[in-house]
Amino acid sequence: MRRLLYLSWVEVLHVVRDRASLAQLLLVPFIQLVILANAATFAIHDTPAAIVDLDATAASRALSQRFAASPHFRIIGGPRSVAGADEALRSGEATMVLAIPRGFERALVRGEGARVQVQLNAEKGSAAGIVQSYAQRIIARFGAERGEREGTAPALRRIDVQTRGWYNTELDYRQYMVPGILVALVTLVGTLFTAQNIAREKELGTLEQLNVTPISRAEFIAAKLLPFWVLGMAELTLGLGLGAAVFGMPVRGSLLLLLGVAAVYLVAALGIGLLISTAVDTQQQAMFVTFFIMMIYLLMSGLYTPVDSMPGWVRMAAEANPVKHFVEVTRAVLIKGAGAAEIAKPVGMLGAFAAGFFGLAVWRYRKTA
Amino acid sequence: MTGVAIVAKGLTRRFGGFTAVDAVTFDVRAGEVFGFLGANGAGKTTAIRILTGLLAPSSGAASVAGFDVYREREAIKRSIGYMSQRFSLYNDLTVRENIRLYGTIYGLSASVIRARTDNLLERLRLGESGSKRVGTLPLGWKQKLAFSVALLHQPRIVFLDEPTGGVDPVTRRQFWELIYGAAGQGTTVFVTTHYMDEAEYCDRLGIMVAGRLDALGTPHELKERFGAGSMDEVFLRLARSGAPAGAAA
Repeated sequence: MRRLLYLSWVEVLHVVRDRASLAQLLLVPFIQLVILANAATFAIHDTPAAIVDLDATAASRALSQRFAASPHFRIIGGPRSVAGADEALRSGEATMVLAIPRGFERALVRGEGARVQVQLNAEKGSAAGIVQSYAQRIIARFGAERGEREGTAPALRRIDVQTRGWYNTELDYRQYMVPGILVALVTLVGTLFTAQNIAREKELGTLEQLNVTPISRAEFIAAKLLPFWVLGMAELTLGLGLGAAVFGMPVRGSLLLLLGVAAVYLVAALGIGLLISTAVDTQQQAMFVTFFIMMIYLLMSGLYTPVDSMPGWVRMAAEANPVKHFVEVTRAVLIKGAGAAEIAKPVGMLGAFAAGFFGLAVWRYRKTA
Repeated sequence: MTGVAIVAKGLTRRFGGFTAVDAVTFDVRAGEVFGFLGANGAGKTTAIRILTGLLAPSSGAASVAGFDVYREREAIKRSIGYMSQRFSLYNDLTVRENIRLYGTIYGLSASVIRARTDNLLERLRLGESGSKRVGTLPLGWKQKLAFSVALLHQPRIVFLDEPTGGVDPVTRRQFWELIYGAAGQGTTVFVTTHYMDEAEYCDRLGIMVAGRLDALGTPHELKERFGAGSMDEVFLRLARSGAPAGAAA
């Protein structure tokens, strides 16, 4: 234990005494957070949607048909009642619910201004905003075409859309982006640091000196991981505080729970870095491999585009991405206020990744040349 | 420990088609200063890497401090000290931090580390520099420090791979005084070099040419056998008679 702690302390000294590393570790993520949180764009397909048709007329069926025909939506069967639709929204089965009230067709025919209700799970803020605009466009076009055919005055062709965002009522996409970006940055920086770490010692020749000592492989890997784990945790804590204070990021769930999950997640992320580091010979190779892997991990994390709108096989592959699971947990806890039970599945996956990558790094590290 | 510290029998290491160490047989007695001579690329470093458990041999047998180089590499590592050709302490750590790091890795207690650090700094006359970063020290001091750190856990055998490369003659002399000091305490010293004046300081020598061990004996015996006035001559004669291309590698 004393050995592990002093080895870890030495790692801290290496970082602290190198100004470039220190800046990379502390400043870069925050500067990037400020910039990235204000730039991103999206396109979304196959949003799971539920339609509650209380009117059950030709007109309401025609509107439902429009949604079914749209590439942006995938209509899920099931809910026939408002309560059922609410449940689908809550469970995540549906991201949007379109409710067509009784008397829709009559109002439309009389040109009284018909109403429909669109409810959105706005947990994934930016996505929700876009889904909302898709829905509104479909409804507006339906109303306009209908009105033209009936010869109603343009003013009366309107269909009132009542939108209600759930979880992220303001549909503020920064609420949704900030925690995600924070995750991405801590992951990138942490993985890069650990990936370069052992490679650097190979370059310096200091690794050979360690390899002729009786140090155990697990101890060595743990000592490399621990300091970056502590730094990563500190960075996340600080970043979450900054997010809440400066970006108005919501904190609906337990921060302690989130940090607990982060503790597991970081072992996985840093484990990947160390695994890379044991496999390469130079820091440059480590950089390339890390960027390659991180690019895929981040793009497939659901951070920028929802994993739900990716093709089936990509969705399957995304299950093997620890970043995806942690992004999911972060959003669920912060925006939805999810408790331990609701995030059990992704947390279980993260635990498996943490053990797996750490184990692989220890296994791959050789004390012989 | 009495008797034999290192035994090698037909020890061989191949890298692809190239045989870096070719059926080398020798033993090193406990407590002696054993010099391993050879030109650059003669296989000295490969041999030392096998004996320190960093590299598995391709064939042959060897044991270090009674432990087998195939199966008991971790046990070997507990019994030896090693100073590599490249300076391998951390330049960004202070002298004391480097000492403490290796002391801790070898499982020495905090008080033992403190006592040995003070002792070591005094011996090297580095007392003032304990809290200086190692990177700021002159090369000669770095080498002496690296040697002392390799001996910190009081190993039975210490391996030195060209420890005096690039160091001025005065510092080299001081370095050899440190080596004799360690040998005087009963530590077996296995040292590679290509400085022939240093060869004269060794109790016994092995001379490697193109991966093979071509001569083995005390400096006196070797000079006599080759009818040479100095180790320089012995070495040149062996090197010329040796492999045509291999020695140049």
